[in-house]
Amino acid sequence: MRHHLILRVVTKLLVGTIILFGLYVQFHGDFSPGGGFQAGVIIAVAFILYGVVFSLDQVQRVFPPWLVHKLVALGLLLYAGTGLFSFMRGFRYLDYAAFDPHHPSHGQHYGILLVEAGVGITVTGVMVAIYYAFAARTPVISDEEW
Amino acid sequence: MVLTALAVVRMRSLFAVVMLSGIFTLLSALLFVTMDAVDVAFTEAAVGAGITTVLMLGTLALTSRHERPTARSPLIPLFVVFVTGAALIYGTMDMPNFGDPTAPAQTHVGADYIARTPEEIDLPNMVTAVLASYRGYDTLGEVAVVFTAGIGVLLLISGLRRRRRKDEDNEGSA
Repeated sequence: MRHHLILRVVTKLLVGTIILFGLYVQFHGDFSPGGGFQAGVIIAVAFILYGVVFSLDQVQRVFPPWLVHKLVALGLLLYAGTGLFSFMRGFRYLDYAAFDPHHPSHGQHYGILLVEAGVGITVTGVMVAIYYAFAARTPVISDEEW
Repeated sequence: MVLTALAVVRMRSLFAVVMLSGIFTLLSALLFVTMDAVDVAFTEAAVGAGITTVLMLGTLALTSRHERPTARSPLIPLFVVFVTGAALIYGTMDMPNFGDPTAPAQTHVGADYIARTPEEIDLPNMVTAVLASYRGYDTLGEVAVVFTAGIGVLLLISGLRRRRRKDEDNEGSA
């Protein structure tokens, strides 16, 4: 899509906004609709849009595949690690009161924040990884063929 | 929604079908919003209308862009669809009305969560509280499922190619 000037300019404007919105959904999920799953998808969409309009090489220079694959595992580990942490502190698995035993509800806030971050990281990683896997096999098709 | 579904069935150009199914998903997201399930609608719009459409387009680019007309008679599939649809509609007759306060979903744990969330977790969005805290194990399982699915796709689509290339490199050096 080298010659679609409007598309390229608009994409450059939008990618940052989309990621910002994704982060808002991620960290404001406690107060408004949304959370890790939705935020992960939105952030992934930003990278996929960039990849579709520019090229796979360019998006992989920003967000290399090895990093994506690490993120997939990191998110799940963060989630499970949160549970292990409360285990270590002498609470039940995934009992977030462990983060702040004096104010259990504050502890819940921290726990939910961490867990949602884990969800978001894994979902972003998986979505981008699947897109890379598909796009890396795709032969470049000219616009007229559609 | 019914119109888009019919159009999807009739169309032969798969590109148009993908676009229409995106529209279908967006419409069902609107339906969820009307029923006050904002979180579900959010997911539906982002995953269904956004990511799925892009992935379908990626698949289309790998395969063909037109559906081959089938020679078989559509009677048996039509019969199966009608029987399943009738069974589903029959099933909904037993379901409580929308927003019924005596529905089983509202009377057991639901009421308990609503009563306990303000003091125990103190978050305005109860969906997040239930999802991440009371149902923490379930969500951990869901993340594990997403993780496994991602790994599976990577193994099926990208891993094989890389290994083959490595084999060729080895042969070249030997």
